[in-house]
Amino acid sequence: MTSGGIRPGSTKRVVAACALIALAMFGGVAMANPQPGQLNMTRGSSTWSPVPYFLNNVALGVCVVIGILVFGAMFIAMFRFRKSRGAVAEKWSHNTTLEIIWTTIPVIILIVLAYLATGGLRTFSDTTGSLMTVKVTGYQWKWRYDYVDYQGKAIDKVGFMSKLDRESDETRQLNSGLDPNAVKVDGVNTYLINVDEPLVVPVGVKIRFVITAGDVIHSWWVPALGWKMDAIPGIVNAAWTNITEPGVYRGQCAELCGQDHGFMPIVVKALPKEEFEKWLADKEAQAKQPAPAAPAAASTAATPSTAQIAPDAPVAQGHQG
Amino acid sequence: MAHAATHDHHDDHHGAPKNFFVRWCMSTNHKDIGTLYLVFSLLMFFIGGSFAMVIRAELFKPGLQLVQPYFFNEMTTMHALVMIFGAVMPAFVGLGNWMIPLMVGAPDMALPRMNNLSFWILPFAFALLLSTLFLPGGGPAGGWTMYPPLSLQGSSTAYVVFAVHLMGISSIMGAINIIATILNMRAPGMDLLKMPVFVWSWLITAFLLIAVMPVLAGAVTMLLTDKYFGTNFFNAAGGGDPILFQHIFWFFGHPEVYIMILPAFGLVSEIIPTFARKPIFGYKAMVFAIASIAFLSFIVWAHHMFAVGLPLGGEIFFMYATMLIAVPTGVKVFNWVSTMWGGSMTFETPMLFAIAFVILFTIGGFSGLMLALAPADFQYHDTYFVVAHFHYVLVTGAIFAIIAATYYWLPKWTGHMYSEMWGKIHFWNSVIWVNVLFFPQHFLGLAGMPRRIPDYNVAFANFNMISSIGGFLFGASQLIFLGVIIHALWFSKKKAADRVWEGAKGLEWTVPSPAPHHTFDVPPVIHDHELAHGHVED
Repeated sequence: MTSGGIRPGSTKRVVAACALIALAMFGGVAMANPQPGQLNMTRGSSTWSPVPYFLNNVALGVCVVIGILVFGAMFIAMFRFRKSRGAVAEKWSHNTTLEIIWTTIPVIILIVLAYLATGGLRTFSDTTGSLMTVKVTGYQWKWRYDYVDYQGKAIDKVGFMSKLDRESDETRQLNSGLDPNAVKVDGVNTYLINVDEPLVVPVGVKIRFVITAGDVIHSWWVPALGWKMDAIPGIVNAAWTNITEPGVYRGQCAELCGQDHGFMPIVVKALPKEEFEKWLADKEAQAKQPAPAAPAAASTAATPSTAQIAPDAPVAQGHQG
Repeated sequence: MAHAATHDHHDDHHGAPKNFFVRWCMSTNHKDIGTLYLVFSLLMFFIGGSFAMVIRAELFKPGLQLVQPYFFNEMTTMHALVMIFGAVMPAFVGLGNWMIPLMVGAPDMALPRMNNLSFWILPFAFALLLSTLFLPGGGPAGGWTMYPPLSLQGSSTAYVVFAVHLMGISSIMGAINIIATILNMRAPGMDLLKMPVFVWSWLITAFLLIAVMPVLAGAVTMLLTDKYFGTNFFNAAGGGDPILFQHIFWFFGHPEVYIMILPAFGLVSEIIPTFARKPIFGYKAMVFAIASIAFLSFIVWAHHMFAVGLPLGGEIFFMYATMLIAVPTGVKVFNWVSTMWGGSMTFETPMLFAIAFVILFTIGGFSGLMLALAPADFQYHDTYFVVAHFHYVLVTGAIFAIIAATYYWLPKWTGHMYSEMWGKIHFWNSVIWVNVLFFPQHFLGLAGMPRRIPDYNVAFANFNMISSIGGFLFGASQLIFLGVIIHALWFSKKKAADRVWEGAKGLEWTVPSPAPHHTFDVPPVIHDHELAHGHVED
């Protein structure tokens, strides 16, 4: 019923206060792609993605403070109580009060963290109220996207395979002699994180993903959306996102899925609603036309099991890259 | 002890056999078998380390330079299997074999012939496992977790499963032996709550081993029948469930990570009091904390599976249970710090490694707490953040504790002091380079680099290069360790005293150095002031 996001009110204030410390140390700019020298998690660009980002920063802040106290005490001990400075060992080996204190304080900290995390989990698990459904299927080593419905209307035969772009694929061969630094799109290095055909989605719409796999377990992960979800043969997982800014968001398969596991990128292109609707209409129109130039054999060559899982696979042809 | 002085005049069966084969291959002596375990684990440490060097060399810069992706996956898989089952676990069993009888005042392990068997299974298991690298089809490449369906695509399944079964049998026998020794062979007066913390940690670990190794055996047997006998345990098309394997595997796998750290807690709890010259703070709390961690380890397995699509209730339960582990672990860290507080510390090599353990293991614990938070884990899972986390707990945790224990007891084993200067050189190199190696991996994971990939976007180039440099130098530093051990064994002129360290307490320091082949003909008398942790009454 909600469009997600971190729980409003008190939670947010606590989170924000704690996060300030962490933010001061690590920049928190929303980033679509990994940056050289990036030190912290991306804040992301969906309504839910700030949840893991803030939790990460709060937990990091807590750890840093505890670390300073504990390691500080250790270093003081190491300097004050060294034999070379004439320290004589004391006899005590017990202190009940101290032990009660250092058991209860961590429990209280954990309760606060658990409260924040539970809120995040609840919003994430709620896929109701979505206005669009995309089916994601993992194969060795490419992704298939099928558009199921949009704004309550079923979508007819819009779906395609998405795999590593040709330039990255040539460059990544052993001893190719090609320079990974030279693989660029619009001035951004896209080596191994670019595909031949990206998943196109609208901005500001709660999108439900149903995620499965055709052969082995994969994991669909775009850091800017704030989550990853395993794609498992025989099981359909659900997740959702609501992207806030137009842009191109990149990710990779995150579950070891064989020799080309490292070469299975994910690209999500988020368009403003009108542009997306135009794109979708074009795709639907394309699908309705008989495709005389494309014999069915061409597409099934890639993955024989495609036909089983997605009967409308022929749409995938025509972009062999 | 009087009996020690007369030791040289003992009957033949109490001295070490002169024949090399009889002594080292047919031994039933806990010290010789302990040595065999330790030598084996050191060998495996270098073999597993060489796989890691291949990984770090390939990841030195973007682009594939050295190996094909499939071979890279074989390296990551084998690195993990060799390090876990070949290096860390046998090293702990070796230390337990050597020290537990000495620490509880027993003449040997309770089941000495089984002890021989449980060691000698291991070389065969690893010969089998490592041979797959030279066989057609190659070694296992589906990760050490062996998740189906991927692991069933390889052609080495039967070899790997058989090797894992052998390792499991060896571990279970070792664990039974340790439990039997601790419960039945203690010297009169060595009550359970007077045992050194290391003995306690091994007693609890041994129960974990017996509980979970059969679970692993079951999981891999199901893999085997799925592949060769047409069953469908994990095959969705046949009505099975790929997630079932993960539940079974991690029901083994999570206690397994505590099997690899609890004895380390015990080791550090011996070393810090010795060099702080002060009894361990909160002995009973330390024992209780180990027991609680062991218990909790059984109910948190699904935190490795937050991204498989667990129901909300499952995610919440496993998240809370996992977070709870921070409490007893925190108690242990606070107690180590309190043991140092008010002491009279010196910083010999074992102490340096033990202090590094406390600090760096705690950093690994911090990232563990972050990983426990399920929504954040959706981002961390299967990235280099996780790689950094478990290497902090396993390398600067388990392995640093093993190295500390080696320096601590090396004079007792060999009768000679090791070179303190080279020990310190080894320490400083290890502690610096291990951080250069693993700390940047946190950043890589947060920035979005998945684990187990042979190649990456150029955005990850800088930290990978730093990490690789740290890796090569950390690897090279371990050659110093090898040198120190060889020197102490054969070349050191400096004789070790019975009580090697001024502040050392416990029965093992009442016997001569080197510890005679046969100890405690007459059960020793336990004096409270001899105990490693002082009086527990107050």
